[in-house]
Amino acid sequence: MSNVPSDLRYAKSHEWLRKESDGTVTLGITHHAQDLLGDMVFVETPDVGRTLKPGEACAVVESVKAASDVYSPINGEVVEGNEALATSPELVNNEPYAAGWIARLKPANSAELDGLMDAAAYQAFLDSEAH
Amino acid sequence: MANRTPLYDAHLAHGAKIVDFGGWDMPLHYGSQLEEHHHVRRTAGMFDVSHMTVVDLAGDNTRAFLRHLLANNVDRLQVSGKALYSCMLNERGGVIDDLIVYFLREDWFRLVVNAATRDKDMAWITRQAQAFAVTVTERPELAMIAVQGPQAREHVHALLDAELSAKAVALAPFNAVDGDKFFVARTGYTGEDGYEVILPAARATGFWNTLAQAGVKPCGLGARDTLRLEAGMNLYGADMTEDTTPLVSGLTWTVAWEPATRDFIGRPALEAQRADGVPQKLVGLVLNGKGVLRNHQKVVVEGVGEGEITSGSFSPTLGVAIALARVPAATGTDCQVDMRGKLISARVVKAPFVRNGKSCIEIDER
Repeated sequence: MSNVPSDLRYAKSHEWLRKESDGTVTLGITHHAQDLLGDMVFVETPDVGRTLKPGEACAVVESVKAASDVYSPINGEVVEGNEALATSPELVNNEPYAAGWIARLKPANSAELDGLMDAAAYQAFLDSEAH
Repeated sequence: MANRTPLYDAHLAHGAKIVDFGGWDMPLHYGSQLEEHHHVRRTAGMFDVSHMTVVDLAGDNTRAFLRHLLANNVDRLQVSGKALYSCMLNERGGVIDDLIVYFLREDWFRLVVNAATRDKDMAWITRQAQAFAVTVTERPELAMIAVQGPQAREHVHALLDAELSAKAVALAPFNAVDGDKFFVARTGYTGEDGYEVILPAARATGFWNTLAQAGVKPCGLGARDTLRLEAGMNLYGADMTEDTTPLVSGLTWTVAWEPATRDFIGRPALEAQRADGVPQKLVGLVLNGKGVLRNHQKVVVEGVGEGEITSGSFSPTLGVAIALARVPAATGTDCQVDMRGKLISARVVKAPFVRNGKSCIEIDER
């Protein structure tokens, strides 16, 4: 059932990050996270220009079941929020790694990503949480 | 290990996400709770409610027993098959459980009570029944499937033999017919037309799969909760408990005060509360703005006092957050809800929010 793309980096709070070719980093929540939360009904994305620290709550995903904070795993500045989620929050469920992205950040230091889990480590983390 | 209904394997085959519910492994959803919700409002969906407890009462004094046991009056049931919704109260007027009672014969009534309250209900009913020499028999060998939605009844008719089908077609709302194998009741917990069918466990999977092939969508507890909330129907354990009376739970309409001589359990406590002035009421709330109302959020009524959300969620039909809340009796048309530390305004409305697929309240266009 697990869906953990190999080209992403992951945080224990179930966010993923992807390095883009323009030097920005895209942030979203994992397939596992959206599956736990269930159908999304509202997503609050961060304001452009906001500076984030690792572990700082920057977005809220609210499903029929619960409201949950989304944390930035790195230092960075918000350059874009996914406006499509305002009218189509279900994108987070249907395409968590594509159209359901939450924000784009300009990282303070892109080397920070290397300190996060790769796909194998995140999969192992999910397996350990399941037991 | 948790209890499992006869449909457990069918749920897995349909891709259910299983959760614990009152000691039962039950489907939360089969992929999307929202899609299931809309399917019931627009066409037809089905729910496994076999975890609920069917209790048959037998004996010549059954009617007299129920007149004493229940806050609603079973003397309203005079035609075989007629159903009545009632609370079963303790001596303090608190709600032990809410239930449906069906009158079948003078020596046979059937109760359907909640799953999570099964043990205490059985103990209470059995104890109270002794003085009336009524036999209390649980029916765990029976399964129960709720088929709900504007097209639900015709789907069920297709599965019944000609005689029972004709009887079902003729059923008025809140009435049941007892066939040889299928007990078919025109009741439900969604605000839509439909049936609750009680049937032998061995037939449940066949019945379920045939309906699924005909296009009736399997629906889980998630959709069941948003549907009943939109319909303004209380959930036991959330909207009322042993510590709240029907009068503060929006259920005064289920208390039969007349005749004044009927001595039902909890009556003196309810009469005392009514004489003193009922301090609270259960109301509907509609959130003004984005976000989702949640159980136990604090409700602030300026100049009046505070209350609490007893059931909060997102209304898929209306596209806004709705809730049932217990608030001070003097609450007017507006309040605020403490949502994650922020006070957000909400409108006080009279439930239901949705009936038969249509909104019952005005929603601001935003």
